Amino acid sequence: MQTAYLLAGFGGQGVMFAGQLMAYAGMEHGYEVTWIPSYGPEMRGGTAHCTVILSDCPIGSPLVRHPQVVIAFNKPSAQKYAGQEDPAGLFVVNRSLVDEVPLAVQGQLVEVRATDIADQLGNTRLTNMVLLGAALAARPVLPLAVLEAALVAHIPAHRRGLLPLNQQALAAGAALVSAAQPG
Amino acid sequence: MSRELLKGNVAIAEAALRAGCQAFFGYPITPQTELLEHMARRMVELDRVFLQAESEVAAINMVYGAACAGVRTMTSSSSPGYSLMQEGLSYIAASDVPCVVVDVMRGGPGLGNILPSQGDYFQITRSAGHGDYRPIVLAPATVQEAIDFTELAFDLAEQYRHLVVLAADGQLGQMMEPAELPSMRSLPRTRPAWAITGAAGRAPNRISSLYMNAEEEEAFNLRIQARLAQICAAEQRSTEVQATHAELLVIGFGTAGRIAASAVEQARAEGLRVGLFRPQTLYPFPAERLSALLACCAVQNILVIEMNAGQMVEDVRLVVAGRVPVHHYGRLGGVVPYPEELYTVIQQHYPSLAASAE
Amino acid sequence: MANLMMEPVYERPAALEDRATHYCPGCTHGVAHRLLAEALDELGLREQTILVAPVGCAVFAYEYFRIDGCEAAHGRAPAMATGIKRVLPDRTVVTYQGDGDLAAIGTAEILHAAARGENITTLFVNNAIYGMTGGQMAPTTLPGQKTTSSPFGRNTAQAGFPLKMSEILAQTPGAAYIVRRSLHDARHINQAKKAILTALRVQQAGLGFSMVELLSSCPTNWGMTPLEALRWLESEMLPAYPLGDYQVSEAVRALGG
Repeated sequence: MQTAYLLAGFGGQGVMFAGQLMAYAGMEHGYEVTWIPSYGPEMRGGTAHCTVILSDCPIGSPLVRHPQVVIAFNKPSAQKYAGQEDPAGLFVVNRSLVDEVPLAVQGQLVEVRATDIADQLGNTRLTNMVLLGAALAARPVLPLAVLEAALVAHIPAHRRGLLPLNQQALAAGAALVSAAQPG
Repeated sequence: MSRELLKGNVAIAEAALRAGCQAFFGYPITPQTELLEHMARRMVELDRVFLQAESEVAAINMVYGAACAGVRTMTSSSSPGYSLMQEGLSYIAASDVPCVVVDVMRGGPGLGNILPSQGDYFQITRSAGHGDYRPIVLAPATVQEAIDFTELAFDLAEQYRHLVVLAADGQLGQMMEPAELPSMRSLPRTRPAWAITGAAGRAPNRISSLYMNAEEEEAFNLRIQARLAQICAAEQRSTEVQATHAELLVIGFGTAGRIAASAVEQARAEGLRVGLFRPQTLYPFPAERLSALLACCAVQNILVIEMNAGQMVEDVRLVVAGRVPVHHYGRLGGVVPYPEELYTVIQQHYPSLAASAE
Repeated sequence: MANLMMEPVYERPAALEDRATHYCPGCTHGVAHRLLAEALDELGLREQTILVAPVGCAVFAYEYFRIDGCEAAHGRAPAMATGIKRVLPDRTVVTYQGDGDLAAIGTAEILHAAARGENITTLFVNNAIYGMTGGQMAPTTLPGQKTTSSPFGRNTAQAGFPLKMSEILAQTPGAAYIVRRSLHDARHINQAKKAILTALRVQQAGLGFSMVELLSSCPTNWGMTPLEALRWLESEMLPAYPLGDYQVSEAVRALGG
């Protein structure tokens, strides 16, 4: 069983860090993991994306054509990756920055006003944690506590002051999806 | 030691310094720059030598100098920069000094792009510069192998006093995977007897690649060839998945090899008798094991998968020597194949399926 | 009884091997070699010096000195010397380079070695021609000078102008000591020797990059007798390449001598 995540957004939205956090959590939970970024021209002003795979057996390709979970942080990413998700997968979209959900989405749609929630918590940069919390709640491949522990372990030293807020953002994202789900 | 999530480029750099690399010289080029950046920080912390050179030409010649002075030294680059190093590599090879060079390959020819490729296979394995020799070439497919082979590269370089190239690619350089680093080796207190360190109390040491007399040059070349024969006998490395039970044997190295592994697994899940053979040394090419597989096993068809237009396939054909058909599937210019795509190619070349399609 | 033992007044420096060189009769490379060897002896550096030889006429230089040595790729001696010096910072590292090596194919390497203040010493033998390959135009060939690849004389409109490397390298902040001397007569040879001694002391003191440019003759490829060649050097090269001190840093001045 393998779960592939594609996280995409603007540079500076914390896309890469959110992906790495998922990889750390996966590793600490006992999964085989890979993380691979987009690099090069895309880093310079356009969309940035990374792919994370969690698997219970060794991972061949770190890139997949149809990831089980796509997390679109912004409108260009939503447009670009809609429909690329596994039809049985998730399409998590930041509705704060995506006014219309692309028609091409095939998987289960998870709409989160992530940037609004981040702003309410006091920092726009928490958007990534809100989205990650929501994605995890919608497809719980590991306990939220493991992700929180990874956050504690790997948040950059100069952001350590923001740790409580990041934890709140993760929880807020998760709560949103849990509340929406039946049963 | 515990497993850490490490980026390929960073893992190679850290493994190198733990293996005793005392001097790193390099020039920034995507997609290997994190390797240089890691060295810039760590080598200074360890009070070792890091220097950003004015070009890859200068970097490899600095490596040449440091190698002549008897320390473990290395440089890293990516395809266009590796091209610029050819001159220095040839001199190094012709001077019997050990060093390690990393090529994190990218799409070419020319400036190409910065995406993963295996287009430098010929350039790396055939000679790396003018003249008649070959470097030892190690091809990791995972971050863990990148670490292990970096360590091995220094040991082999020193053991044989020979040039060792680590053939990676943009994907391996950029991706993160859990891996375990080796512990820090202590640095030797002395330099090898052949090193140029100042002729104190001994006759001068001289390191040169110049033999004006043809017979002397031939004699030197024969010494290289003798050493290469020894290397070929002792250093072939490969890994495989279900290769002894395969009717279709898929062969790929590095990133192409690991992606092929996913496709092979899918094919086996579908009941196809497909195996994988992944060379870990590109020179010496693991001919003995491949030959043994052909001699004793059920292989009817070979499919070579590369991220180039067909380079390693020539080495495969030399070993197979017409015993079974050898097919090639390549993606070029920085395109990395998906496992699903390779699965389709496997189906096309699977003996019974291929026969029924005809 | 009178002491019949004679005092030797001239002998082979310990830093020179006792062997014939391949240099042409009248070539000043031999003088330059001897000056370097004498300087190494006088400073007691023979056993801790590493020579990086160039590609060009001095390609065998590492065979002629009784010191550790190596042979760099064409133009790359400063890079190779950098690699050596960085891992052997307490040794003396000398590059010996000709004009094609230093001022054409190796311009980037010498410029950046100087800019880094690489603590090495370069002897730059400028004879305005490619000797080893048989007399082609060098980056330092004078305007109008005939060579086998400028058979009508160097036409600056077509082949550009000579490079004045001492003047150029003196502009880099890392250069501690950059001077130009000449080997055309005994007085100038003595001055050259002093400069080489200073350059080596600059390196010993860790003051940065040092280079002594030596204007030299190439009778064979200039098509002259050795004596004519020395006169041509004096009359034609000196005006184009003025002798002098192009960079002597404060620290070098403080070193004295």
